[in-house]
Amino acid sequence: MIPASGGVVGTSAGTTAMSDARIWLAIVLIGVATYGFRYSFIHLFGRIDAVPPTVMRVLKYVPPAVLAALVVPDLVTLRPTVAATLLDERLIAGVVAGAVAWRTENVFATIGVGMVTLWILRFVVLA
Amino acid sequence: MHEDLRAGARDVSPLLLGIAPFGLVAGIAAVEAGLGFTQAVGMSVIVFAGASQLAALDLIGANAPFAVVVATAVVINLRVVMYSASIAPHFAEYGERLRAGLAYVLTDQAYALSIAEFTGDTERSRWRYYLGVATPLWLVWQVSTVIGFVLGAGVPEAWGLTFAVPLVFLALLVPAMKDRPTTVAGAVGGVVALLAAGVPFSLGLLVGATAGIVAGLLVEVVT
Repeated sequence: MIPASGGVVGTSAGTTAMSDARIWLAIVLIGVATYGFRYSFIHLFGRIDAVPPTVMRVLKYVPPAVLAALVVPDLVTLRPTVAATLLDERLIAGVVAGAVAWRTENVFATIGVGMVTLWILRFVVLA
Repeated sequence: MHEDLRAGARDVSPLLLGIAPFGLVAGIAAVEAGLGFTQAVGMSVIVFAGASQLAALDLIGANAPFAVVVATAVVINLRVVMYSASIAPHFAEYGERLRAGLAYVLTDQAYALSIAEFTGDTERSRWRYYLGVATPLWLVWQVSTVIGFVLGAGVPEAWGLTFAVPLVFLALLVPAMKDRPTTVAGAVGGVVALLAAGVPFSLGLLVGATAGIVAGLLVEVVT
């Protein structure tokens, strides 16, 4: 458990931990908005005949673009030098896992090899 | 159990391994952010979206302003609108109540597996297959959140269990880049998201995704 704000530095209103009621409010607001996103087009679709071909063409590129935008910042951290950026345990493990995903298309193998590579780099090679 | 429900459950089973550590981390992060047990479980049931839950917990723990916590978590989930639009035609024939229920469990993983099944040459019942995928994901998410909360900070951070998260997305990304335009969409989306990683409110994800989609369309037009 982390203590609430305060301690040595002081207790201005801006550093006070969120109250229980506010945490619940945040959870409900995030939940309602997220459900709204999920239901949006699934709900609206009953009122229109078909998604226009242009929209379908755009949607074809949603999965690769979104998945890559999620993955790359998790694997790569830009550092001052190229070497420091490339010699990153997460990037190396990610590249190895990516090769496994490409060769096998097996999610289980991808996660297993990726995690083991990370642990070898972290606890053996770079330890 | 219906055969199509079982087919979905079978296809999702390898992904559950990636979800479990993610859920554990969400439970642990909830403890660290100062949430109670009911709040931690409530968040996983009400929000049911891993990346945004983790972002919200991180910001709550850092005493971020209320509006920033909510806005960041909501923005991260905007991509689900695109999944909703993409999967909507496949649910169009179903009644309002069933569609409202199906929408609740729409996640990255449920979308990726189901859209591959729906666009393939298949006679399966779509809602059954989709629920076969989504139900185990939901159950594993809730159970692993509870276990994570109970374990608290017991799992050493050095093991880097959160790394399983990008590995899950990676395993879904590689088969999604199946021709030149989709490969360019992925490459541009990833690079732009990386360059925009410092943008506030996690907008880098949306900026990168948009750039990737535009790049894919451009390549399609040119070739």
